[in-house]
Amino acid sequence: MGQNKDVVAGVERVTKKFGEVTALKCLDLNITRGRVVGLLGPNGAGKTTLVRLLLGMTRPTSGTITVFGGNPRKSSTRMRMGAMLQVAKVPDTLRVREHIQLFSSYYPQPLALADSLACAGLESVAGRLFGELSGGQKQRVLFALALCGNPDLLLLDEPTVGLDVEARHALWERIRDLVMRGKTIVLTTHYLEEADALSDEIVVINHGSIIAQGTSGEIKASIGGKLIRCVTALTITDVKFLPGVLSARENRGALEVRASDPDDVIRQLLARDPSLSGIEVNSASLDDAFLALTHSETTMKSTQEVYQ
Amino acid sequence: MSTYASLLSKYPAPGASSPWRAYVNEARFDLLKMLRLPMYSIASIAFPVMFYVLFGVIFGKQGGQGLQVSRYLLGSYGAFGVIGASLFGFGVGVATERGQGWLQVKRASPMPPSAYFVAKLFTCTTFSVAIVLSLIAVAVTAGGVQLSVLQAAGLFVVLVLGSIPFCVLGLAIAYFSGPNSAPAIVNLLYLPLSFCSGLWLPVNMLPHFLQRIAPLLPPYHLGQLALMVLGYGHGSIMGHMLGLTGSTMIGLGLAWLGFQRDEQKTYG
Repeated sequence: MGQNKDVVAGVERVTKKFGEVTALKCLDLNITRGRVVGLLGPNGAGKTTLVRLLLGMTRPTSGTITVFGGNPRKSSTRMRMGAMLQVAKVPDTLRVREHIQLFSSYYPQPLALADSLACAGLESVAGRLFGELSGGQKQRVLFALALCGNPDLLLLDEPTVGLDVEARHALWERIRDLVMRGKTIVLTTHYLEEADALSDEIVVINHGSIIAQGTSGEIKASIGGKLIRCVTALTITDVKFLPGVLSARENRGALEVRASDPDDVIRQLLARDPSLSGIEVNSASLDDAFLALTHSETTMKSTQEVYQ
Repeated sequence: MSTYASLLSKYPAPGASSPWRAYVNEARFDLLKMLRLPMYSIASIAFPVMFYVLFGVIFGKQGGQGLQVSRYLLGSYGAFGVIGASLFGFGVGVATERGQGWLQVKRASPMPPSAYFVAKLFTCTTFSVAIVLSLIAVAVTAGGVQLSVLQAAGLFVVLVLGSIPFCVLGLAIAYFSGPNSAPAIVNLLYLPLSFCSGLWLPVNMLPHFLQRIAPLLPPYHLGQLALMVLGYGHGSIMGHMLGLTGSTMIGLGLAWLGFQRDEQKTYG
């Protein structure tokens, strides 16, 4: 590292094995200052392992991890990081204010208590015991613990898991505020909407490798084409080898065809089935891109979905 | 510009950065956390005191040799009390926070790892202090036990320092049990060990084979040391101290193994 001052964290050819299981395979990733990087992938893809490695909580089996030009296991490096991890239970018998005071004391230049409370939207519940909070408030306390040390890099592992839509959007706003102050954020999520809404850069991970990387737009474009949805007697096998068809699947009683040139494919479909109806043409969503990316790697077992 | 952004614009502030701050706060809030947990705070102090009042003060007097019984049980219930506070405080306390992921959140922060354990030690020792002081107070007032200042101080030091090996054993238990099984495991060890070590009945009233096993059990050595301060007890001070040091070493070794195992295991 070091060749680029804007690289906050560098992951270089990192492999992490747990016994027989390989969680990450020779992974390379640079995290740039002031950006939000969304790590996206199905459960068990290796997202959390990558976060734990960046936090210095575990050592890579091979390869190197550099954060702020140093080893993340060193306390001087950790002083510049804040983390929000998935946790089953937080001690119930401390007040919100006390939890924040404690975590602030680990850092050399923490935010003032009132500011940490304000940043996480916890002013009104500062005096409550953690055990008395709602789910959304609890999650915001964990968020406050990540930011109270005023760190430069925040790692948020599934920050909005289990929250309702309103609470999730509220937390997104708080995360955007951090970005405005030039903080660098790495967040993992399996909500595509979340990655799309927050990230400057999305890194799709599956089976321990990066399978796609770029802005949300680039990732959508990478699978290419438009999605045609129609009700027809034609089957997947009838259409999947037609010129211009990228993939096809049945979904909710209709046929969905991904096509590079939708106009041409629609003409071909109509020629084969004049009774075809209910045509909708849409841009591929991040959902489609994600499914296409993560599924193309595995053997397709489902007869419902066939991707090339 | 949002609230947060405007708030942050006044940073970096000149923060008083001292490594002691983390240790002091960790200890302070750990104690507070446990004090607010009646299952621990009330039980760990009330049980030994209640037992002592029943068997040492009330029943002890009926035997006609009341003074002797209440004096003897001050030592052995004192040991029983501090051992419980330590095994439960460390064993169940750490097992719960470890098993439910809270320890991971702490380890991801810049908290010096030793601050966590020092804080737990502080909490358990504080409870031990409270237990010993309550028992001495009950013994001297209600139990009619006569103690010189030196004896009271000696008993206090022996029991409070002697609780440390049991904190270490509790830590070892915490690393080899889950958050749900830890309370059961601690109880299964604590109650039989206390009985077999002569903390409820004097060792020479136990069956013969138990009398031979007792010196192998860590609580026996603390019990005997406490009794020696009061003019009872068997064996040599050195021998009992070695027994406690040995258990501490074994506990530390086991805890270290568990800590290393944790480091390797968790993934996702």
